[in-house]
Amino acid sequence: MFALGTIGLLVRRNLLFILMSLEVMLNAAGLAFVVAGSRWAQADGQVVFIFILAMAAAEVSVGLALVLQLYHHYRTLDVDVVSRMRG
Amino acid sequence: MAIAATLMMLTRLNAVHALLYLIVSLLAIAVTFYIVGAPFVAALEVIIYAGAIMVLFVFVVMLLNLGRRAVDLERSWLTPGMWVGPVILAAILAGEFIYILAGRAPDSTMSGAIGPKQVGLAMYGPYLIGVELASMLLLGGLVGAYHLGYEYRGKAETQTHDVDTVHAGSDSGGDLVRAGYDRTAGAS
Repeated sequence: MFALGTIGLLVRRNLLFILMSLEVMLNAAGLAFVVAGSRWAQADGQVVFIFILAMAAAEVSVGLALVLQLYHHYRTLDVDVVSRMRG
Repeated sequence: MAIAATLMMLTRLNAVHALLYLIVSLLAIAVTFYIVGAPFVAALEVIIYAGAIMVLFVFVVMLLNLGRRAVDLERSWLTPGMWVGPVILAAILAGEFIYILAGRAPDSTMSGAIGPKQVGLAMYGPYLIGVELASMLLLGGLVGAYHLGYEYRGKAETQTHDVDTVHAGSDSGGDLVRAGYDRTAGAS
């Protein structure tokens, strides 16, 4: 699933899809932590998953605010257009 | 299951279809957590990911689709071919969950089940500095989102939100962003 998220990050050129792929990658990392934590019967994996959850919430709020402002400026969600910006 | 939903998410062209498949993928991961023996984390996944973050995504998608294309999009959403896939996947998930609840109710076969009490003890014991760092990160995200919304809106309004715990902090961040977008949508 982490590989799928990475592929989505590289292939898609829509900013919303890139954010969704980032969510998928964070989920995959959290899944790995929780499975490992339950394999060795430790609670640390779930603690780390809660941290990942908090980080994903912060990242998504800032990212979506950036997306809205970008759309307000450029009227598109294509990152190739945005890559030419300066200043 | 989750992999199939994620693949379907990556191949959709419309953002709303991809969002539906992403929600199904998150629910599948939550069921996986429950099977593995982490019911507290499964509940957190459903509440925060499938609740708060997906509400933010849906709100932005709806906000960006304003204009003349909205009518055509609305017409295409009402066709039944688009929600059949997520409904089938979600029905499989619901059957799985009911089977788990009915079959192994006394929670005996789960070998490594970890309850919320152990998670809380571990989190506020050796990981206390991590909790503080997460709260600082959430405060930074809150201030950043408010700053971006502030420039986009162009008007000065001061609000006070305090970040006391991890989950309350994430929720207040989402509410702040949503409130800012609401005002911009009403103004434009």
